[in-house]
Amino acid sequence: MKQKIFIKLFLSTFQLSACTFGGGFVIIPLMQKKFVDELHWIEEQEMMDLTAIAQSSPGAIAVNASILVGYHVAGVMGALITVLGTVLPPLIIISVISFFYTAFRDNVIVNMAMTGMLAGVAAVICDVVITMGKSIFQKKRVLPIVVFFASLVAVRFMKINIILIILICAVIGAVDTLYPGRKGRQA
Amino acid sequence: MIYFELLWSFFQIGLFSIGGGYAAMPLIQNQVVDVHPWLTMTQFADIMTIAEMTPGPIAINSATFVGIQVAGIPGAIIATIGCILPSCMIVITFAYIYYRFRGLKMVQGVLTGLRPAVVAMITSAGITLVIMAFYGERILPVDLSGINIISVIIFAVGFLVLRKWKVNPIYVMLGAGVAGVLLYSIV
Repeated sequence: MKQKIFIKLFLSTFQLSACTFGGGFVIIPLMQKKFVDELHWIEEQEMMDLTAIAQSSPGAIAVNASILVGYHVAGVMGALITVLGTVLPPLIIISVISFFYTAFRDNVIVNMAMTGMLAGVAAVICDVVITMGKSIFQKKRVLPIVVFFASLVAVRFMKINIILIILICAVIGAVDTLYPGRKGRQA
Repeated sequence: MIYFELLWSFFQIGLFSIGGGYAAMPLIQNQVVDVHPWLTMTQFADIMTIAEMTPGPIAINSATFVGIQVAGIPGAIIATIGCILPSCMIVITFAYIYYRFRGLKMVQGVLTGLRPAVVAMITSAGITLVIMAFYGERILPVDLSGINIISVIIFAVGFLVLRKWKVNPIYVMLGAGVAGVLLYSIV
């Protein structure tokens, strides 16, 4: 019986991961469909909470979410199986691409396509940056805006280590949660 | 020891990329282009393009790609393990805390505090990619006239389409690739 659950977990996450283009949040609604609506392994509210944890934790959201689902359904062993299911598709696909990459890259047409797609990626990332940036500026709080510009200057012009910036901002976030200043926080 | 270096680098990427998806991008660039001479900036731009085109989280895709370039299939597996190790440990700890206390206010506070910094770092990496797309180099050249007009056009159209109609980025990427082949063939 347990084996059946393991197999099902592996196949489900493998399928989901193989279909998740663009990564990140895309996998959440897919998981919701699979594990909440179809298999009834997780309650809807619980899935929302698991999503919050997946987002709050470091690492890829898809990986985090599968760990949580696996852990919830079948403990640590379940988590290991879902991680494997999630990681294998990209591992296999990228490995195959990597082997052809050099020959691929020297091809004139591929080169044209890649140059075009780089401009496309740049557009996609600018779109993401603007959407994410908006959510910071719309809150009309001074602190996040200051943190944004300070981090941008620190990473872009002062070449300060990214990890150091993240750690400092984590501390700022923690202090801000514990002592929400009267002046900054909106009621 | 190359395997250990891969493991450690991607462990740091996994540990400090908070907020999923594009949050990993600046960290990957930092580790594999700046700290270690594993990829050139062109290769990094390529892997971002490939990662966007293929399923799976960006961090896992780049771990596999970098691992293979540096140390073959074992390298890919080790880099991937490094990347998901922090997730496994931290997510399960958070899940435990969640089921125990049903509250993640502190974690969410830290996350909120981090968000502007994460957006700032993605912005910086995005600027680098835009410069890469427009000039084929990492750093803005002194002479700005060498700009790649075709890339600018593809970028502008892609950006407009994304902002206005919120289409799936995958289609923008594919369109940009096709446009690249067509436009560069004509010119």
